[in-house]
Amino acid sequence: MTLTKRVIPCLDVDNGRVVKGMHFKSIKDAGDPVLLAEKYSQEGADELVFLDITASEQQRETIKSLVKKVAQVIDIPFTVGGGVKTLQDARDILLSGADKVAINTGAVKNPEIITKLMEIFGKQCIVIAMDVRRNYEIKENRHIFTSDSKKFWFEVFIYGGKTPTDLDAIEWAKEVERRGAGEILLTSIDMDGTKEGYDVQLIKEIVNSVNIPVIASGGCGKPVHMLDVFLQTNVDAALAASIFHYKTHSVDRVKEYLKENGVPVRL
Amino acid sequence: MVKVAIFDYGAGNIFSLKSSLEKNEAEVDVITNLEKIKNYSGLLLPGVGNFDPAITSLHTSKIQFQDLVKNQIPVLGICLGMEMFFEKSEEGKLGGLGVLEGEVILLPNKFKIPHMGWNDLQIKKPSVLLEGVKEGSWVYFVHSYRVKPKNEDIIKADSDYGINVPAVIETQTLFGTQFHPEKSSKVGSIMIQNFLRVCKK
Repeated sequence: MTLTKRVIPCLDVDNGRVVKGMHFKSIKDAGDPVLLAEKYSQEGADELVFLDITASEQQRETIKSLVKKVAQVIDIPFTVGGGVKTLQDARDILLSGADKVAINTGAVKNPEIITKLMEIFGKQCIVIAMDVRRNYEIKENRHIFTSDSKKFWFEVFIYGGKTPTDLDAIEWAKEVERRGAGEILLTSIDMDGTKEGYDVQLIKEIVNSVNIPVIASGGCGKPVHMLDVFLQTNVDAALAASIFHYKTHSVDRVKEYLKENGVPVRL
Repeated sequence: MVKVAIFDYGAGNIFSLKSSLEKNEAEVDVITNLEKIKNYSGLLLPGVGNFDPAITSLHTSKIQFQDLVKNQIPVLGICLGMEMFFEKSEEGKLGGLGVLEGEVILLPNKFKIPHMGWNDLQIKKPSVLLEGVKEGSWVYFVHSYRVKPKNEDIIKADSDYGINVPAVIETQTLFGTQFHPEKSSKVGSIMIQNFLRVCKK
């Protein structure tokens, strides 16, 4: 046997509650983060991801206490992100009980933070979250792709998917690896919240550009979407939120389904 | 109740390990030097951080650590904690704790590095730490280096990542896991219990 593919429920947390939006908007309450974490852990989730989407300065203490509560009830790894800008933010989260810290805007604004964190905590702690959208305005020095005979490139967005950066996602992925990131959490803004499946093309291109693990995110609406991304790309993990929150599908059932269809998973 | 200590290098999450030990009914203190180690029945070197900073934090305690191993106080090193048992590591420039002969080397780059996720155990030899753990059990790894002990008999289980990665080492009262038992669900908890049982003796 060898390494299994990971199924990762994601909890977007706002003011201490789990919420779910669409295209990074229209937020809906989906429950208590500690209870959901415990439930997913018991159902066989391979990891958990928490994204603090409020992430204002006043929220730092809230998220620290939430991380502590979650760490007490689960015995699987978990990643926490949202508003991490400084070494101190990352340290607070890791020392409160998270195994990994996800950085997005903070890393684009200040890429040196990746190397600094790696030197202190080791690269396994550092997840770079990339929010990516297809840009159909063709520019020079970009990796150009074609789909339905339309040309586009993959652009990195920051501030919760609101602000374009002009950064080419393929180049940014390579750069974060070079600077010491241990993993990439790759979200498609185009697909996020649509429940129509992952952006397989995006995921394939990023996975093939780096030699660190990649988590696919954005668009999972049913188990077959996970199957597709695992069968069509060499991605290491698939993240999903709403399909688990609303009791449509339990984690263990989804993993059984993946196994029946030839994906190596932990059961 | 058995009382154990976790050594804190100041560089990462030791909270989960502490919770896991406490759930298994141990009393746990977090320490930053080994001066009062005689008050404890066992020591844990956690698995988070980077080799050189972690070794630096243990530097003044190196002799005490070697004595502890000689006096058969049980020690469990997790991931980086186990890697530090050896003489040197490709991750750093500083020497290791040197209680085991051998070195720590980078994983081959034909697969992704770090080796991150759930992989299964291939049990090679009887082991106290693995009592009650079934062949093929899933455990959680996250590491870029592997240990290469001079004496291969101390490797009790390994895991397949293109090459055989030593996953459990054990010699007398010195235990090491490349994976994280505190993150490995119920199977990990069995190993924590096994370690605590050795500490009670």
